[in-house]
Amino acid sequence: MSAGIAGQFRSRAAEADAARFGLWIFLATEVLFFGPLFMGYVYGRMHLGDAFAAASRHTDVTIGTLNTAVLLTSSFTMAMAAEARRAGARAARGLLAATALLGCAFLALKGFEYHAEWREHLVPGASFAFDAAHARGAEIFYYLYFAMTGVHAVHLTVGIAIVIGFAVRFDRANAGHVEIAGLYWHFVDAIWIFLYPMLYLVGRAG
Amino acid sequence: MTYLGEGYTLRSWLSTHDHKRIALLFAISITAFFFIGGAAAAFMRLELATPAGDLVSDDTYNRLFTAHGVIMVWLFLIPSIPNVLGNFLVPMMIGARDLAFPRLNLASWYVYMAGGILVLGALISGGVDTGWTFYTPFSTMFSDSHVVLTLAGVFVLGVSSIMSGLNFIVTVHTLRAPGMTWFRLPLFVWAIYATSIILVLATPVLGMTLTLVAIERVLGVGIFDPALGGDPLLFQHLFWFYSHPAVYIMLLPAMGVASEIIPCFARKRIFSYRFMAYAIIAIAALGFLVWGHHMFVSGQSAYASIVFSLLSFLVAIPSAVKVFNWTATLYKGRITLSAPMLYAWGFVGLFTIGGITGLYLASLALDVHLTDTYFVIAHFHYIMVGGSVMAYLGGIHFWWPKATGRLYPEMWARVSAVLVFVGFNLTFFPQYLLGYQGMPRRYHAYPAEFTLLNVFSSCGAAVLAIGYLLPLVYLTWSLLRGAAAGDNPWRATGLEWQTPSPPPKHNFEDTPVVEAGPYEYEGART
Repeated sequence: MSAGIAGQFRSRAAEADAARFGLWIFLATEVLFFGPLFMGYVYGRMHLGDAFAAASRHTDVTIGTLNTAVLLTSSFTMAMAAEARRAGARAARGLLAATALLGCAFLALKGFEYHAEWREHLVPGASFAFDAAHARGAEIFYYLYFAMTGVHAVHLTVGIAIVIGFAVRFDRANAGHVEIAGLYWHFVDAIWIFLYPMLYLVGRAG
Repeated sequence: MTYLGEGYTLRSWLSTHDHKRIALLFAISITAFFFIGGAAAAFMRLELATPAGDLVSDDTYNRLFTAHGVIMVWLFLIPSIPNVLGNFLVPMMIGARDLAFPRLNLASWYVYMAGGILVLGALISGGVDTGWTFYTPFSTMFSDSHVVLTLAGVFVLGVSSIMSGLNFIVTVHTLRAPGMTWFRLPLFVWAIYATSIILVLATPVLGMTLTLVAIERVLGVGIFDPALGGDPLLFQHLFWFYSHPAVYIMLLPAMGVASEIIPCFARKRIFSYRFMAYAIIAIAALGFLVWGHHMFVSGQSAYASIVFSLLSFLVAIPSAVKVFNWTATLYKGRITLSAPMLYAWGFVGLFTIGGITGLYLASLALDVHLTDTYFVIAHFHYIMVGGSVMAYLGGIHFWWPKATGRLYPEMWARVSAVLVFVGFNLTFFPQYLLGYQGMPRRYHAYPAEFTLLNVFSSCGAAVLAIGYLLPLVYLTWSLLRGAAAGDNPWRATGLEWQTPSPPPKHNFEDTPVVEAGPYEYEGART
């Protein structure tokens, strides 16, 4: 990236606008990328409702809730970082680091959770074990669970890499860059806010 | 100093950020894929020239039509007009120096090539026999071919589509020249803009769906196979949620091209410009609501079918608006039947036939008889080949002088346009009759009573092949020997014609200021 503005833009503001707008469109594509998984979930809830509820009760709601808190906090620090960068405050760097750290904490907790599920034979496939009445539907639930949280974790990993990159090369990251990274980070957070009730809470209601 | 003169090394081409050079990179690769896909079609027509399945085995035939479908849809039709003509023209038409994200644009070509190589790899190593639709559970459980490799290729091609679409949307929003308001945009830009919206909203759904198919095939767990408790209809819904809008990805840019060519050679302002723009948006929006018409006999509920049938009929309204407006544009025009105009006329006529037979297929009761017959094949080839390919060739001819600075031999170009038109009709009109009589698609042998029409169809394919190969010859000749074209050989309006041919690196010496609407032609004969 050259220090100046790209030749096709009339001003730095126009360039920043285009970048922000481009990222919003990208986030729209990302929402639709998750779409088939949500559709699969809708299908499961409609046709295999009992099994989905039973399977949902086997998820680790403690870690899930903790993770939701961690990710929401990381979104807060990310928003603060963008705000601080706009104001030119040096605190932005620390806030970026905190965001990345919280993201890593989320992934670590998720790893523990996956490990426990692996031990309990909740990973779909040949060794999947669940009480016979709901085995088929539960397997589909866990298939969707791993697909959704897995794709989400991949997105989060990319986000962490970007945020670490900006924290390390702080002089190269202008306010626009940090803001765009923030948009992406909040999107990852927003996806999780949908996943959390769908996967952890639904079976526990009522 | 033109954009072609900025560097002559291979490296200067492969690392370029110039939208015009990237358009040419796309043009070269897309042309190559087109002829590979066309070769597959040629083998199929050869096989079908006789009733017996004597040229290739049934399994090879499955792989042939799949190769033809996958290559023609994802490697040719979807990227053809947007990535070749759109890349070249959109920045010039709106008075911009380049697209908003030039590096993303180049990345889009590399990603496209990567996807193309994956698909070709699958073909070379034995091909795929699922058909281009990858229907489950056949694709996940039973197919004994390179499904996952092909799915990976199509996924990667989808990423390229999204990159291009995003780039166009941001470009049209942020880089219009002073005075270039939304309702002064050429209709081609409107068409690319609407197409880009479809690209960014529909393609990700296909990406995830194909990923799920691949996971299901590799790991044996999933949501599409009834044996696993899943639902194959879910796959069809998700697949067609992308693949029906994909038809409009192929068609809308073609409409944009026709809307540029017809006013120019009729020397008249386009009739009802605003409604043409609205119709483009309406078709793009309706395109998202009709995917269920591919599933009338799949077992979805009758109510769903009725609703989808009705919505499919609605698409005819904006389509008819466009056809009537093109016709009205011609009325009392000073018409020159140049090669691009012939292609544009061919486009309008063939698109109309294809669209009206689409209404036959959108009728529930008729579709029960016609589905999966050659009637369907004829219908979508009239739309995709008679529509998109005709317009693509017309656009190539129309903007060839702008891109290269040289003229092509007009007589040969007209011969080629007529050959394509005649060959196309001879190939696909008999298929309507075959389908109506009940010949099913995707069979490599057929009862003897279908022989005559199939022979017609195969002969037509030979004529069509000549029509497609001719431009390769005379356009190459034109590159080397063609007469200098000058800035504006057609005396067309539009910003892209107000800069030298070939254009300089950043399109315009000074940023143009727009003071009038598009298509300010001198008007009708009195």
